Amino acid sequence: MARFFDSSQYAIVQAACARLIPTDRDPGATEAGVVDYIDGFLGAFASDPPLIWAGGPFSGRVGGNPRFAVFHRLSQRDELAWRTRIEGSKGIPERERLGPVVGLQERYRAGVEALGADFVRLSLEEQDRRLKEDPEFLELLREHACEGMYGAPEYLGNRDLTGWRYIGFEGDVQPRGYTDDEVSKP
Amino acid sequence: MSGDFDAIIVGSGPGGSTAADTLTAAGWSVLIFERGKNHLVDLQRPSELLHEFSNDEIKFWNRHFLGPDPWLEPRTFRMNAADGERRHVGEVNNLPATVGGGGVHADGKVPRFREEDFRVLTELGPMEGATVADWPFGYDELEPYYAEAEKLVGVAGVAGANPFAAWRSGPYPMPPGAPMYCALITAAAAERLGYHPYPGPTACNSVPYDGRPACNNCGFCAFFGCPIHAKGDPVGSLRRALMTGRAELRPESMVSKIRVTNGRATGVEWIDADGEHHIEAGRHVVVAAGATETPRLLLLSGLDHPQIGRNLMYHFQTLTFGQLPMRLHSHKGRSVTHLHDDFIVVDDEARAAAVAAGLPWLKGGLVEHGGAAHPILESKLYPWGPEHKNMMRESPLRDRLAGLTMQGEDVPQATNRIDLDPDVRDVHGLPVARITYQPHRHELAASAHYGPKLETILHEAGALWTRTSTSPRIGPEFRAGSLVSSSIPASRHVTGTVRMGTDPLTSACDEWGRLHQVPNVVICDSSPFPTGAGYGPTLTLVALSIRNSRALTR
Repeated sequence: MARFFDSSQYAIVQAACARLIPTDRDPGATEAGVVDYIDGFLGAFASDPPLIWAGGPFSGRVGGNPRFAVFHRLSQRDELAWRTRIEGSKGIPERERLGPVVGLQERYRAGVEALGADFVRLSLEEQDRRLKEDPEFLELLREHACEGMYGAPEYLGNRDLTGWRYIGFEGDVQPRGYTDDEVSKP
Repeated sequence: MSGDFDAIIVGSGPGGSTAADTLTAAGWSVLIFERGKNHLVDLQRPSELLHEFSNDEIKFWNRHFLGPDPWLEPRTFRMNAADGERRHVGEVNNLPATVGGGGVHADGKVPRFREEDFRVLTELGPMEGATVADWPFGYDELEPYYAEAEKLVGVAGVAGANPFAAWRSGPYPMPPGAPMYCALITAAAAERLGYHPYPGPTACNSVPYDGRPACNNCGFCAFFGCPIHAKGDPVGSLRRALMTGRAELRPESMVSKIRVTNGRATGVEWIDADGEHHIEAGRHVVVAAGATETPRLLLLSGLDHPQIGRNLMYHFQTLTFGQLPMRLHSHKGRSVTHLHDDFIVVDDEARAAAVAAGLPWLKGGLVEHGGAAHPILESKLYPWGPEHKNMMRESPLRDRLAGLTMQGEDVPQATNRIDLDPDVRDVHGLPVARITYQPHRHELAASAHYGPKLETILHEAGALWTRTSTSPRIGPEFRAGSLVSSSIPASRHVTGTVRMGTDPLTSACDEWGRLHQVPNVVICDSSPFPTGAGYGPTLTLVALSIRNSRALTR
């Protein structure tokens, strides 16, 4: 169940991310659930506390109390900043101190609409052509795809550590850490 | 506890925490204001730490966990007046706004300055367009405070390993931690070329120290808070100050003004997390908000000494990267483990390069061997599409990347300054700091002289290719992924701006950090530095903070 996207938007973003980080001999953006990372960010305030800052100090993957999943509470000011960034300023005076802000939700709504309702059925070449039509949205999507692929899975992407496993990265390693030999030797 | 504090301290970073520790040890009562949040120490039970830092690239790199949020508390930037009022609004060289300040995100390289760094004018002479000055005291005066600062912060290193180092009265408190594989390779190459690399003095525990554990090499070091507090973040000093019962820490509390009557500070005005305005009285005000926010606060307080805000210095970074054939796993360990000082020492070649550039002299800076990166940052550098995953598997820009960074000395210029932006306001409604900064041609000439030498080291280490860039960037700005290479310096080593000296015409504070205009306001951060040296400022500002705070209590 998506937090922000409707089912059509979800499918389009998923297909677009599959072009950015494709599935090849290793799993790609689709298997990693990159679209869920983006949906989780855009719909961060559907949870309480919102999905902005994962907790600490440990995830539990290599021992310790699994606290990443317990997200931090936001202060009133943090909420103002993150809601402005995500939802846009919407004419609310306190969100327009530095001028009007187009929120990420709006940029995604517009970007996905421009990709077209038929995006998922297009040839891969045609999908790439449509993606390149809006370089700014493509850049936004690419940055979020990278975060969803290689960020901590508590932010809903990098499912089953897909992004870390195929590059041989161990991710968060506290409280175990690495031995001195692992640091200093080849 | 309320009212009538012996000292109000503005800022809880290395400078403010050190002042709190020093003053409370002398029996003073202090109130510490911190504009950022507290992720560090349990205020009800100060012996306990909060453990909110984590190995989480999204939280620290992408979502401003350590603050300041650049939308809530922006800064503005321009290179010079030709840019108009500003060319950029938002993040400008932000140090963390959080309890612990810049001590939290630093990877903890804490070298001392050298003897000649305190007497640049005498040793090297003036430079056109620059306000080169001697410090009002020399290295010998500061040495005992350096020794104390190293014990306070907890520094691991090897005395005698750096042939260019200033004299020292004793050993480092701890032996060095595990050297990075990558740094061992580049340091060996540098040594073959006749340079003198050494294990860098690092504020990161190699053994349990001051109630904090030894570092376990997790690799999330530079720009991350340490999940186990093995770094020398100021938690040790803060915790000790709070446990005396004579210190109170007030996070999310923004000091907006120092109240001054008849040349004496009487206290501060401050704004709480709900936006309510308050007044607090104190007999002294210690300002340790960093070399950007400290002059901003003085200007907000109506202090109009013409030296306040001027002579802003960063480090002019020359960044040389090269791809080595083997995997380097630089995500394990302490981010940077080796340094060399050869490019700080003015030799015949540097003298010749200065003459060729039409400069009286030329100095480089400390060179750092190593540099970690994590996969989100890396992934944004590669193209999208099928090539993306091949690059990530091969990892030329992370797992095989060796890096050398020269922290080039930045000569002071009166025109490089902090002032109050005439229009832009932060979430509190206060004018934000405006940075006006452009490098002197000294920095460009030094970078041009030493950059090729950095590349030679990486080639000697076996690099398949090398690239050199600078920060601030010379020439047009460009954007690659989330990395913006721009005229805004990336170096978080910020100094100058409230220059100290004996002459009230050419300096804003005296050699004890006391403002000439308001002597019970004392600066305890890197703002008083007359010159910036080619070394990170943290240990020196901690030493200054001990010295200035102790002088207050005498």
